[in-house]
Amino acid sequence: MFRSLSALVALYIFWILLSGFFTPFLLAAGFGCALAVVFIARRLGLIDNEGHPVEMLWRALTSYWPWLVWEIAKSAWDVTRRILSPSLPISPTLVEFAPTQRTDVGLVIHANSITLTPGTIAVEAEAGRFLVHALTREGAASLAGSEMDRRCSALEPH
Amino acid sequence: MTTLFEILSALCLAGGGFFCIVGGIGLLRMPDFYTRVHAASLTETLGAGLILLGLMLHEGFTLVTVKLLMIGLLIFFASPTASHALTRAALLRGLKPLLDGPAENK
Repeated sequence: MFRSLSALVALYIFWILLSGFFTPFLLAAGFGCALAVVFIARRLGLIDNEGHPVEMLWRALTSYWPWLVWEIAKSAWDVTRRILSPSLPISPTLVEFAPTQRTDVGLVIHANSITLTPGTIAVEAEAGRFLVHALTREGAASLAGSEMDRRCSALEPH
Repeated sequence: MTTLFEILSALCLAGGGFFCIVGGIGLLRMPDFYTRVHAASLTETLGAGLILLGLMLHEGFTLVTVKLLMIGLLIFFASPTASHALTRAALLRGLKPLLDGPAENK
């Protein structure tokens, strides 16, 4: 129930921000639409930890995303230096390692974060096995048991 | 205040443009498909991110900024999924990645 209410609030705020109209009729119509979407999503069984992981929101906003943005900036700068360097100092590597997340959401966040960071791509992502293509040997070596792995596990519901 | 935001906005736009160009150069210089995806990810993260940030600073606190923020979130959620699907499809089709430096494979 809490999850449905939070989905309703999120959808309604989303609608208001996208529409930019504030007449009573349109506000009521938007609320009706948000209500209908939540009702249908509930019937389809979509409002669960995967479809609307609201309990992660606070920790994601305050700790994970700022850290991830900084990591992306650092590795983007590293990849930029390698691309612009005349000798093209890359050493492409495929590496397999075991992520520590227990839930599908945690695994997806981890895999998405790996791919989002320039220099590493998660090629295959399953529970207990990630196959990652890295631009450099150092990048591949730093994946197993990384800070990112620890932070993604910390995001999961306990 | 307005001038400050204008200057910051221009810096962000220029930085975003820089990373987009470097991503393009990387796309041309990289030796195989998988390493090219790495170069492209530079464009879609810092390139797109800085350009969107620059546009947000230019707009200030308006609904346009909110929409730009939503576009940014969409890019940051969808583009890694697309890269993942691309590389996975390539690997499953049997495209062998060049491993351990381009020099020995030339």
